[in-house]
Amino acid sequence: MLEKEKWQELSKAKENWEKGTVEKALSKFKERQEEFNTGSGIPIARLCTPLDAQKLDYENDLGFPGEYPFTRGVQPTMYRGRFWTMRQYAGFATAEESNKRYKYLLEQGQTGLSVAFDLPTQIGYDSDTPIAQGEIGKVGVAIDSLADMEVLFNGIPLDKVSTSMTINASAAILLAMYIAVAEKQGVSTEQLRGTIQNDILKEYSARGTYIFPPTPSMRLITNVFEFCAENVPKWNTISISGYHIREAGSTAVQEVAFTLADGIAYVEAAIKAGMDVDDFAGRLSFFFNAHNDLFEEAAKFRAARKVWAKIMKERFGAKNPRSWKLRFHTQTAGSTLTAQQPDNNIVRVAIQTLAAVLGGTQSLHTNSRDEALALPSEDSVRIALRTQQIVAYESGVGETIDPLAGSYYVENLTTEIEKRVWAYIEKIDALGGAVKAIEQGYIQKEIADSSYAYQKAMEAGQRIVVGLNKFQMEEQPVKGLLRVDPAVGEAQVKRLQELKKSRDNAAVQNKLADLRQAAQGETNLMPYILAAVRLYATEGEICNVLRDVFGEYRPVEIL
Amino acid sequence: MAEKRIRVLVAKPGLDGHDRGAKVIARSLRDAGMEVIYTGLRQTPEQIVAAAIQEDVDVVAMSLLSGAHNHLFPKVVELLKEKNAEDILVLGGGVIPEADIPFLKERGIAEIFTPGTPTGKVVKFIRDKIGEKV
Repeated sequence: MLEKEKWQELSKAKENWEKGTVEKALSKFKERQEEFNTGSGIPIARLCTPLDAQKLDYENDLGFPGEYPFTRGVQPTMYRGRFWTMRQYAGFATAEESNKRYKYLLEQGQTGLSVAFDLPTQIGYDSDTPIAQGEIGKVGVAIDSLADMEVLFNGIPLDKVSTSMTINASAAILLAMYIAVAEKQGVSTEQLRGTIQNDILKEYSARGTYIFPPTPSMRLITNVFEFCAENVPKWNTISISGYHIREAGSTAVQEVAFTLADGIAYVEAAIKAGMDVDDFAGRLSFFFNAHNDLFEEAAKFRAARKVWAKIMKERFGAKNPRSWKLRFHTQTAGSTLTAQQPDNNIVRVAIQTLAAVLGGTQSLHTNSRDEALALPSEDSVRIALRTQQIVAYESGVGETIDPLAGSYYVENLTTEIEKRVWAYIEKIDALGGAVKAIEQGYIQKEIADSSYAYQKAMEAGQRIVVGLNKFQMEEQPVKGLLRVDPAVGEAQVKRLQELKKSRDNAAVQNKLADLRQAAQGETNLMPYILAAVRLYATEGEICNVLRDVFGEYRPVEIL
Repeated sequence: MAEKRIRVLVAKPGLDGHDRGAKVIARSLRDAGMEVIYTGLRQTPEQIVAAAIQEDVDVVAMSLLSGAHNHLFPKVVELLKEKNAEDILVLGGGVIPEADIPFLKERGIAEIFTPGTPTGKVVKFIRDKIGEKV
């Protein structure tokens, strides 16, 4: 039979099924909803058949793992080689407290560290700054200088672990401190493995820990690319993040589109700074969210890999296959967790873990059940880590590569997401790129619209959240929540004041003056920051020099 | 004669960048017919109070997810009192443990709305409270 006839026959058979069997059933029972859509608003068919995947060209659209366009995964053997890195984001209170939590997590079988910094550290304020009061040690660990960083990694060999640091506007400074700790441990920069988030664009559009305006921020980022290419070759110099865009309320399609648009802006900035694309592109990494919509999420990761590969190869002319690969970390979705019946969150996180693994993630953080209530307790963090271990060791999903491939539905979703992502990228290009789109408030507005639409749909009962707008019950307040002692702030301030008395202040001032001069010119700032950090210049002092030279970002407020 | 519309300042105190909740509340209040001013991120208590007085609002609604609420929310109430503006209704929302709520209410925050609160509940609370005064 000819190919065309075969499709016609199947099409006819499906029509008969709809008019016969389905109609008959519908006359007795209507479906639950008039129409079904994914969270991104992609219509979901009642049934997918080979007809939905008939345009798929296996070799071009899917290919093989470890090969262009990487739809099926970036590594040739994926989880048959080794599981994803289980990396729980942690850090609170003081460096001593966080150091204890890291050691606990490593003992429990975690395979990489992920450092959460408090807000003053993320925004470049020392703990004794007035606006830092009340925030010290709250959402992460307080780091003012190299002295705190030495305590944070005390007894943790930096040549053995890989460390991810969620730090953006001040990423260059924290990376410099990490390098200085390694030097003291006798570990060379060539041996260091890890990631700094270093993604300022999503701070403007979704997360809020910006300091400087876009132009000098992009300079700091490309300075890090350049410095690491020469000195810290195994370091992931950026983690281009959709996670926070999604948490702020975007859809899955917007998450991928806005993240890849940010990625394009970073690549363009580095090329403009004189780098060759293949010198830095292999060290770019990504960070995505995993929500409950299992199939759309798995398809999202597959589509993201395919689109990025195409961007790098065709748009930027990258030659090294490593430059084409979208390697990513995933975190389960904090925004899906409920304060109501919090144990239900364990189940949500398990589904999201599956989505991330079926989507081929390289590393994963699983959220704790109590995160809508407080910082996670030790028990909750352990359950979250065990969830990953159960999926890895018991579910069997890692035994074959990309097991959802070939599902008519998942392939169809992958293609549809890809199409919609390209449409957004074209739109952002037309606005002049991601930086311009953010300055005009376009991306913020798109996110806020989606977030509001979701809230309305939930309140209208069109989206069900178990325990929240259905199946509610009377509950007792949860016990055993983690609290950060307010005395942590005072102790940290005291520690900082003592440091300022004991260090060589004249030498610090010298290095800060050098940094100021360098910032006024066009040279790479990393060596100057590193020199200041080694002498215990504080993060706030370094940022204040840069604030003087660069100015501060003033956001557009979009409602 | 047009009815006087309720004026609300939606504010983000401290360094927290999570503004999804604040923006959703701001839009909901606006859709419910209130006049809404949004401060944007990183406001000190002093800035929030100055904006509240300048804009002559009936309500200050603050959102905070960083854990600094016990420090920052009462500060706003204190400063409003200093400026003789204690008639402004002060509300708080965000990730706030149950155990902190009595303390915050004692310090003059009229109500705390935790994650999962339907926006209609906030609208109703404001209307009931401000209605009492008018």
